[in-house]
Amino acid sequence: MIHSLFLVNASGDIFLEKHWKSVVSRSVCDYFFEALERATEPENVPPVIPTPHHFLINVLRHRIYFVAVIQSEVPPLFVIEFLHRVVDTFQDYFGVCSEAAIKDNVVVVYELLEEMLDNGFPLATESNILKELIKPPTILRTVVNTITGSTNVGEQLPTGQLSVVPWRRTGVKYTNNEAYFDVVEEIDAIIDKSGSTITAEIQGVIDACVKLTGMPDLTLSFMNPRLLDDVSFHPCVRFKRWEAERILSFIPPDGNFRLLSYHVSSQNLVAIPVYVKHNISFREGSSQGRFELTLGPKQTMGKAVESVLVSSQLPRGVLNANLSPSQGTYTFDPVTKLLSWDVGKINPQKLPSLKGSVSLQTGASKPDENPTINIQFKIQQLAISGLKVNRLDMYGEKYKPFKGIKYMTKAGKFQVRT
Amino acid sequence: MRNALVSAENLQLTLKTDFSSEEQALTIKNEDLKEMLESNKESLKLEAMKRIVGLIAKGKNASELFPAVVKNVASKNIELKKLVYVYLVRYAEEQQDLALLSISTFQRALKDPNQLIRASALRVLSSIRVPIIVPIMMLAIKEAATDLSPYVRKTAAHAIQKLYSLDPDQKEHLIEVIEKLLKDKSTLVAGSVVMAFEEVCPDRIDLIHKNYRKLCNLLVDVEEWGQVVIIHMLTRYARTQFVSPWREDAMFDENNEKAFYDSEEERKVEQTRPYIMDPDHRLLLRNTKPLLQSRNTAVVMAVSQLYWHLAPKHELSIITKSLVRLLRSHREVQYVVLQNIATMSIQRKGMFEPFMKSFYVRSTDATHIKTLKLEILTNLANEANISTILREFQTYVKSQDKAFAAATIQAIGRCATNISEVTDTCLNGLVLLLSNRDETVVAESVVVIKKLLQTQPSQHSDIIKHMAKLFDNITVPMARASILWLMGEYCEHVPKIAPDVLRKMAKTFTNEEDIVKLQIVNLAAKLYLTNSKQTKLLTQYILNLGKYDQNYDIRDRTRFIRQLIVPNEKSGALSKYARRILMAPKPAPVLQSAFKDRDRFQLGTLSHTLNSQASGYLELSDWPAVAPDQSVRNVEVVEPVRLPCIFILFYFLKIMLVLTYICVHVESVSESESEENSDDSNKSSSSQSEKSSSESDSEKKKKTLKNKKLQQLLLIIMTKYILIHIVLSISTQFFVNCMCSLLHLCVFLACQFDAVSWHVHVSLQASSPVFVPETSHELLHRMTGKGLSAQYRFTRQPCIYGNSMVSLQLTLSNSSDQALENIHISEKSSTGQNIHRFNAIERLEPQASVTVSMGVDFNDSTQAANFQLCTKEDEFSVSIQPAVGELLLPITMSEADFTKEQGKLMGMNESSATITMKPENVSSQSVNRKVVSVANIGVIPSSQENIYRFAGKTVSSGSLVLVSVALKDPDAVITINTEKTVIGSMLLRQFKTALTNSGP
Repeated sequence: MIHSLFLVNASGDIFLEKHWKSVVSRSVCDYFFEALERATEPENVPPVIPTPHHFLINVLRHRIYFVAVIQSEVPPLFVIEFLHRVVDTFQDYFGVCSEAAIKDNVVVVYELLEEMLDNGFPLATESNILKELIKPPTILRTVVNTITGSTNVGEQLPTGQLSVVPWRRTGVKYTNNEAYFDVVEEIDAIIDKSGSTITAEIQGVIDACVKLTGMPDLTLSFMNPRLLDDVSFHPCVRFKRWEAERILSFIPPDGNFRLLSYHVSSQNLVAIPVYVKHNISFREGSSQGRFELTLGPKQTMGKAVESVLVSSQLPRGVLNANLSPSQGTYTFDPVTKLLSWDVGKINPQKLPSLKGSVSLQTGASKPDENPTINIQFKIQQLAISGLKVNRLDMYGEKYKPFKGIKYMTKAGKFQVRT
Repeated sequence: MRNALVSAENLQLTLKTDFSSEEQALTIKNEDLKEMLESNKESLKLEAMKRIVGLIAKGKNASELFPAVVKNVASKNIELKKLVYVYLVRYAEEQQDLALLSISTFQRALKDPNQLIRASALRVLSSIRVPIIVPIMMLAIKEAATDLSPYVRKTAAHAIQKLYSLDPDQKEHLIEVIEKLLKDKSTLVAGSVVMAFEEVCPDRIDLIHKNYRKLCNLLVDVEEWGQVVIIHMLTRYARTQFVSPWREDAMFDENNEKAFYDSEEERKVEQTRPYIMDPDHRLLLRNTKPLLQSRNTAVVMAVSQLYWHLAPKHELSIITKSLVRLLRSHREVQYVVLQNIATMSIQRKGMFEPFMKSFYVRSTDATHIKTLKLEILTNLANEANISTILREFQTYVKSQDKAFAAATIQAIGRCATNISEVTDTCLNGLVLLLSNRDETVVAESVVVIKKLLQTQPSQHSDIIKHMAKLFDNITVPMARASILWLMGEYCEHVPKIAPDVLRKMAKTFTNEEDIVKLQIVNLAAKLYLTNSKQTKLLTQYILNLGKYDQNYDIRDRTRFIRQLIVPNEKSGALSKYARRILMAPKPAPVLQSAFKDRDRFQLGTLSHTLNSQASGYLELSDWPAVAPDQSVRNVEVVEPVRLPCIFILFYFLKIMLVLTYICVHVESVSESESEENSDDSNKSSSSQSEKSSSESDSEKKKKTLKNKKLQQLLLIIMTKYILIHIVLSISTQFFVNCMCSLLHLCVFLACQFDAVSWHVHVSLQASSPVFVPETSHELLHRMTGKGLSAQYRFTRQPCIYGNSMVSLQLTLSNSSDQALENIHISEKSSTGQNIHRFNAIERLEPQASVTVSMGVDFNDSTQAANFQLCTKEDEFSVSIQPAVGELLLPITMSEADFTKEQGKLMGMNESSATITMKPENVSSQSVNRKVVSVANIGVIPSSQENIYRFAGKTVSSGSLVLVSVALKDPDAVITINTEKTVIGSMLLRQFKTALTNSGP
């Protein structure tokens, strides 16, 4: 399946290569570089590139291209999903998935890649299993290893590999038993010029951090499970139970994992927590344009809107922006024409605004289109869909775990057209 | 000037030296690594390996370190070992001979009690792409396929593909292994073996029949990657085995599935219906449905394509939501999913229409995502939603991404042709865009308008006039060509403007692009036919220009047009029809999706994404008209028996069977043993009475032994039996497991007895060596040894220090002028070999020499034994490289035994070669001499004239090595039979050279 993997950094250098079958010359990446040159933006490189003898499937994450070389028919999503899993694993192991981190830990990276694929077919991708095979590097362990000469590599086959719960390792022990669940919802919306919603939907995930001794069997139930329209589960969730009772029943993996992602049924009206008043205008023949933005809260259920960040790609003709924010700071990059305004928290009494003028290139004609405004925000302790966890029970173990549930609402792809 | 030249030369020189110093630095660094690898410290070796892996990762060549690295393959340190594996797999293909040195280590590891080590040994062994070890790989795969650990079996399934790509000739053998593994009930193995099936023998659909239901039922528990592969395979399978659920008259009832599993009566009612789904077909659909909820996007896509290709049309809608959910995922996932949705949405608009808003374009989307969303929106457009879509399109047209804006215009064009209600609205909108400032937008609009106008030209002369006015401002060739074509085609609607445009074009003809020139010629021709009075001269002028154009297409066209329209004597017939040819009404172009023809590929495949067939793409067959026999999928499953008493009874019977089997076996063994004994005593010239007494003695011994053995066995069986009971009482789910364990017990016992009987049957008598070579090899030269020199010699005698050791004679001499003290071998052994050291020599006088003996366990490999020879002051690293022939001990056996054993070691264990003998070598003496000088093996008396037989065993493991040389004038066939295939092939090579070379 996957023949080779090349890691390419933002400046177009191959800084790591790994082959699972016969060695493929790195010159095969020339086709990729060609595509990279043709693409105006880094994101515009097509994910699948055919070459005379191979196919290159690439993903871009953290400004690194992971380019997999394929020789014959394979479902492209198979490769893409796997590459993303590789990135997730690196992130899990090194905290960040950057070129520097990969170069520093090249041996661990190699050991991981060796375990994750055999002959190009995925072998062990479950984080719990990998961590038993290859222990993540920590400063303490590195020091101990250099002194004692012990290694990061496990000697026994992880029990999970053979058991019916391959995602959980055995012999887990904690002094403090705790289970935290974060319900995070994201609002994707497109708001048109006049402020009416063109499309809006809510996507949510439940991320868990479970540190429980032994083999706990958890059940999580919701007050209003009907809200969930479409769901996808971590493999640990028992599908039958969900079908029958709408209860999440599972033996959790150890550590951090995504338990559930869901989509809230589209019949429900989506509450839009912020509104934007804008007045952006360019006049024909004048080299100045007016720019005014005001943000305000709307349908927030009494919660504060925090970490607001407004960004907008201004038209190419704009030379510079001379704006004054009522709160927060703004930056304008004259090269990429990207305007970003870090607003912070919205105070309903004193609405944040950004006013001023933008200067256009002299002689340039008036831009056809006003820029689109992208907004990011966070609302703590609120799941905007109204989803509520009813209770969390544990079976199979005797101790009493500490349980915690946190709600949060964020902006997903939240765009306002002006 | 000269100065400049000189300095330039200097510069070049410095550059050169710089370069070479860099090269040097690299080799020095490698030297450094080599030293570290050869050191005694594990930590240094590990550090060196880590650096080497770093080099490999960067794509630097580290192949010259191969000999140094490969020595560490047997290291005890697991991380070091793994890194050596990484290295080995990377470079083995380039260094095939050296790679062979490591094989025996893997062969040993394949028998390790730790399943992880067994599995990783198989993984690496099968990843070494060295054709010579194909038989070893084959053997290892076959063995691993029956391993108790499912993890090892999974690795075996992976190894199948590797071996197949290395040597496709093994296909038939591999298919046997695949067939065996397909029956495996472990979820761990299922995915991998199906992968192997797809790679090696995707056409052997018959292998799937019996496993079809099992695979369907296991599917949910298989790991996610395996799920994808299995689902794709089952899709293909189902298309060959079931009839189409899509027939026009297909009446489907949700209850019919129930009908199959419930009562007879209902079934009869069902059968009157025109279409009934095969229950196996239904089973597949039902068991894959939960996987739509998988977090793995590839699994969701795989299930979606399965439903698309297999499910009745009205059940398709369940995949929609899941596919739309995937759009929230990463950009690359979106890309592939959108492509598939685009193909689906052409055939079935209804599926995605409710989710139309999910395909609205965001300004932050990548260009290829935007284009795909546009494609889907266009596919989804119908009378009801067109106004919403057009409003959305209007926003896109203004996008800063001009390529996307152009694509939107095309999409508008498509909507306009597909939905006649909005054609006018679209056309008006597009005309407005003609005054857009951006050139690409204008050009695209012109092209689209041209296509639209073709549908109803008469009503739109205004638009054509408008475009003629804009003509001067448009520079994009495609757009200019389009306008010219419109002018020519509808010149009757714009009689005044068209000749004027032609006049302008005549002026600029030479500066236009080729595509525009062609259209100018066209326009001229058409105008000549309709309005020759005004344009005759212009046309001739243009035709003359075209005649001398640089482009041959244009010259051709000009020539053709001239012959067609200008009447002269030669071109009689055709010019009459010129008007009908040129002014024929042309059918309006059909604007259709670029995804129209993609449905020829299976969804979710690479070929579908690229819209061209990728290598290895397997065509999805059409539904068969008549369903093939369903019963092929029936399996005689041992149904879990509900009644526990029957269950237990069954077990009881089994155990009884086993017991009797054991009893019989033990009896036979003891019998055979006693026979053997009597044979022996016959040979020895002892008296009858003695014989009988000894026989009875041995009989007694055996009997007690037998009883003991029986007791032990009974104990084991009892415990197993009780265990089974306990397990049974807990749950009947463990039924299968129990079966397995019991079977294993049987197998285990059988094996044990086989082993016992084997040892008894074959008498392997060690014999003294036929020939002891006198040559000794240098271990340490006196110059490097600071006066101490050492030589070693293989004595070919059984070693007194250990059964698995090769005995060596060491001659140490002191050529310095000082006495050397305390000569010994250091305790630290750098390689894995077990070495028996000689006693330290306290003092060696100048010019004196001493001979000592030592033993080395080479583990049946030719890997060199490295150790440190120490004196009081110094340490010298030395190594002994054994020739393969020295790893053997001679044995004697009868000729009959020889042929019998040879019969057991056929197939993979046999290696043979044909050589041409030198005439002076043909005599029996010389053949014998040559063979025994190469290897320490014994001569077996032969009754046949031209066949010479030799037998030996390997020192460490005691495996038989049988050599026979058959002379067929002038050729000779050397055959070597041994379990140790590597030793076999190495020996063969040495015999070949020895027997073909003349001389002593």
